[in-house]
Amino acid sequence: MLRIEDIAKTFNPGTITEKKALKGVTLHLEPGDFVTVIGGNGAGKSTLMNSIAGTFPVDRGKIVIDGQDITKWPEHKRAKYIGRVFQDPMMGTAANMQIEENMAIAARRGKTPTLRWSAPVAQREFFREQLKTLNLGLEDRLESKVGLLSGGQRQALTLLMATLVEPKLLLLDEHTAALDPKTAAQVLSLTTDIVHKRNLTTLMITHNMKDALACGNRLIMLHDGKILIDVKGEEKKHLTIKDLLAMFEKAAGSELNSDALLLS
Amino acid sequence: MDLIIPTISQGLLWSLLAIGVYITFRVLDIADLTVEGSFPLGAATAAACLVAGWSPIPAMMAAAFAGMLGGIITGILCTKLKIPALLAGILTMIALYSVNLRIMGKANISLLQVDTVFSLYAIPGLELSQMILVIGLIAVIITAVGCYLFFGTEIGAAIRATGCNPHMIRANGVNTDITVILGLLISNALVALSGALVAQANGFADVGMGVGTIVIGLASVIIGEVLFGTRSFKNCLLSVILGSIAYRAVIAIVLQMGMPPNDLKLFTAILVAAALSMPLFQAKLNKRKAAKD
Ligand SMILES: Nc1ncnc2c1ncn2[C@@H]1O[C@H](COP(=O)(O)OP(=O)(O)OP(=O)(O)O)[C@@H](O)[C@H]1O
Ligand SMILES: [Mg+2]
Repeated sequence: MLRIEDIAKTFNPGTITEKKALKGVTLHLEPGDFVTVIGGNGAGKSTLMNSIAGTFPVDRGKIVIDGQDITKWPEHKRAKYIGRVFQDPMMGTAANMQIEENMAIAARRGKTPTLRWSAPVAQREFFREQLKTLNLGLEDRLESKVGLLSGGQRQALTLLMATLVEPKLLLLDEHTAALDPKTAAQVLSLTTDIVHKRNLTTLMITHNMKDALACGNRLIMLHDGKILIDVKGEEKKHLTIKDLLAMFEKAAGSELNSDALLLS
Repeated sequence: MDLIIPTISQGLLWSLLAIGVYITFRVLDIADLTVEGSFPLGAATAAACLVAGWSPIPAMMAAAFAGMLGGIITGILCTKLKIPALLAGILTMIALYSVNLRIMGKANISLLQVDTVFSLYAIPGLELSQMILVIGLIAVIITAVGCYLFFGTEIGAAIRATGCNPHMIRANGVNTDITVILGLLISNALVALSGALVAQANGFADVGMGVGTIVIGLASVIIGEVLFGTRSFKNCLLSVILGSIAYRAVIAIVLQMGMPPNDLKLFTAILVAAALSMPLFQAKLNKRKAAKD
């Protein structure tokens, strides 16, 4: 479903702030793969996702989704295939617009907007049904401005919006990190529900090792712009935090700076 | 008393400019200085066309079209060429000064000898000042209804979302370069139309008539929002129109009270600076209150 071939990205090349954020990453995902991505601060996790989403062009390498080479596509064109939820709950929705208006925009993700009415009444029932699945009571607040919602509600809504039109690839960049533990757990369980029910090919960055082990069928760890650990299938099922730490030490030749990752 | 009708009519004619400024400043979240050039551009284009024997409606359409081009140029400068929006607007504004001189061939054109939209369609029994009110009202209603409908469409919603959260709308597949250019285009078309109407009402077009228009537009937007609310898009549009009239009323009153007309721009600038800084003072005040409680 997703084929990444040896992509690299250097920020501010040729200056004193030069930063090689990705140093050649290759990753192949099968349809329905749910991959959790971990790694310390600055490991390049967000850069990897932003490269896939097209926030900036990569320096080399190739990105192919479902047979389609999208390496040269601008960000907005890739949106046809990619659903995204950002770390910042503010980023995924338009605060000044109503829940209904936000959903209407998401419901035509990847289509060129026309002069048709943006949020037709006929769509309301569909939006309401979708919002009901979140169990947050948002189905009664279609006309509320999204800015009035809590961070957790906004993140849940963003997740719903990102999957309203089925994406070929779902990108989640620490989408629960800015939430309190209880809300984070709710949004995470909502995420796994949606991903499993619809069998979505997903990349999920998390700082929480326990979540990374509990979710998905594959786990990769990025370190210094490269994939250091890649575990899947049965091996991933039985993986423990201790195993991971040992693997890291072996692969990186140093001890994992555990401040960077939540071990519990 | 005899100032009421001219105050309202001027407010109506200038409210097209205010709606244009609202579209960039509030909807797109860009402070677009192109306005200072596209307002006289509209006036110059309409005046040149009228003097050349065009009838008023096509002349105003040409003015709006010229305004669109101005908006597109600023839009291309800030999206494709990545020049900061404020600077892009300034560049277009300066360039338009020369363009306006070229269009008019001189620094100003009198429209006293030609038919304007106010004289050509004059209703028997109505004075010029009353005609300005009638035409102004028609222009504002068409503009406001048009804006309301347009910003409710998919394209309109995409423009609103661009101003609110460009990341979100790009993640949903919209090219924000296009939406920014479209917003600037619509805004400057309205501003130019306002310039065309004001020139015809005043009986002349002048290269200097754009000076301070951005501040007048901002003053109208802010006064409108404070006095008449911002609940919905419909409410905002109405507020901006009423704000433009309220601004004219404030000006009329301070002039009546004896303020020299030359100080008007200073007064308006201070008004806008005060209004723009209000949220800050309000926050400080609230903090102090909270600390006391
Ligand atoms: N736009 C940018 N300009 C310059 N440097 C950047 C930019 N984005 C990221 N970097 C740098 O690239 C490196 C990788 O950053 P990235 O955001 O991918 O890390 P991450 O793994 O997501 O870390 P975190 O866990 O802190 O989110 C960091 O050193 C960061 O400072
Ligand atoms: Mg990150």
